Amino acid sequence: MIINVLLVLMAFTVWVIIQSRNLFGVIVLGGIYSFLMATVLVAMDAVDVAMTEASVGAGISTVLLLGALYLCRSEEARPMHKPWLPFIVSVAVAGVLVYGTLGLPEFSDPQATIHHHVVPRYLNEIQQEVDVPNVVTAVLASYRGYDTLGETTVVFTAGAGVIALLRRRRKGRSS
Amino acid sequence: MISGGHFTYFITIFLMIAGLFLVIARGNLIKKLIGLGIFQTSVYLLYIAPGKLVGGTAPILSPEFTIYSNPLPHVLILTAIVVGVATLALGLALVVRIREAYDTIEEDEILAVDSAHETEVQTT
Amino acid sequence: MRNDLILRVIAKLLIPFILLFALYVQFHGDFGPGGGFQAGVILAASVIFYALIYGLDDAIKVVPEPLVESMMALGVLIYAGVGYAGLLLGGNFLDYFVLDPNPVHGQHRGIFWVEVGVAITVSGVMLKIFYMFAARGKSDD
Repeated sequence: MIINVLLVLMAFTVWVIIQSRNLFGVIVLGGIYSFLMATVLVAMDAVDVAMTEASVGAGISTVLLLGALYLCRSEEARPMHKPWLPFIVSVAVAGVLVYGTLGLPEFSDPQATIHHHVVPRYLNEIQQEVDVPNVVTAVLASYRGYDTLGETTVVFTAGAGVIALLRRRRKGRSS
Repeated sequence: MISGGHFTYFITIFLMIAGLFLVIARGNLIKKLIGLGIFQTSVYLLYIAPGKLVGGTAPILSPEFTIYSNPLPHVLILTAIVVGVATLALGLALVVRIREAYDTIEEDEILAVDSAHETEVQTT
Repeated sequence: MRNDLILRVIAKLLIPFILLFALYVQFHGDFGPGGGFQAGVILAASVIFYALIYGLDDAIKVVPEPLVESMMALGVLIYAGVGYAGLLLGGNFLDYFVLDPNPVHGQHRGIFWVEVGVAITVSGVMLKIFYMFAARGKSDD
């Protein structure tokens, strides 16, 4: 299926990111990875999420990373020693995760638990309660509106934090 | 047992481990942040993959379709993506300030400068 | 990039369409994919595009910094304001069905204003962060 091909491409992109030392190339590969992720999300019928991932992940993230790279002006140094301990830790975590996912439902299983509790109520009653065809927008703005208020506050806090960190004082460079 | 139905989960685990490896094994701060981003996108995949139904369609109500993919993970992941970019912006602002203070963004060199300062402070 | 003619002409042709697309995504988010976050990011992306081609000073003249900073806070205030309107009109915090005698229309109004607030905050924050990063490297004394 197209999803499996795209996932293999994503894995290959991440492999190249790990090996590469040129930071500019790594950032561009990160943008490619985000676009592949957005395509996989469209293939999985998550159209709102795909649009957000494409615009935020491939657009704003790449711009901010390039801006920071321009200000930092460096390339990754050659590592001093081979990273054996992190590699062993990663493989161990991978083993535990593989053991965990053997208990998860198969891909596209209609009897999975995720389809049972609140979602039938959303899909059946949205027509008479809210009358907005896009279920994701209705749930995000109306049924779970409190979470969205928190998220908007998080975005505002990030902006305020960046202002506090990168503001310049009047007399010359602040360091 | 292990069948074709779990292939998505295996790729998700590979991406998660790759992101984790980038965070703990590489010393360059910008590369660590990129590894954190890769870890976050693998978690999005982990949430959205079980929601898809073969033969279903995007969760936008329309009279012609009867089977829809599960909209609940989409809502959660939408919030997660935006929070992820907020974290990335703050992390990059910190990296820029570190670069201006230490003149490097490699973790070993920053630690060396810090321990040199500490021995200097202790001996004076 | 001021002197590159092709880039300047293409930017002038594309930016109005990008702005229009951002408004389309915002208001059509009820009927198709879209909503506040995507629209805010696309709006910020169009101004960033203008800043990349024509220079940061021209972009700051078009969208000045006090406007961007107040946009950041205004969106959150609109969202909380909708919540408090629900409280004042008799329901709980962030209840939409009290905003109008017909509860379904009240939901429509609530969702509309909430998405507008989200889009304003997201576009303001993304643009402000870009301004801060771009201005930091400029004053190399």
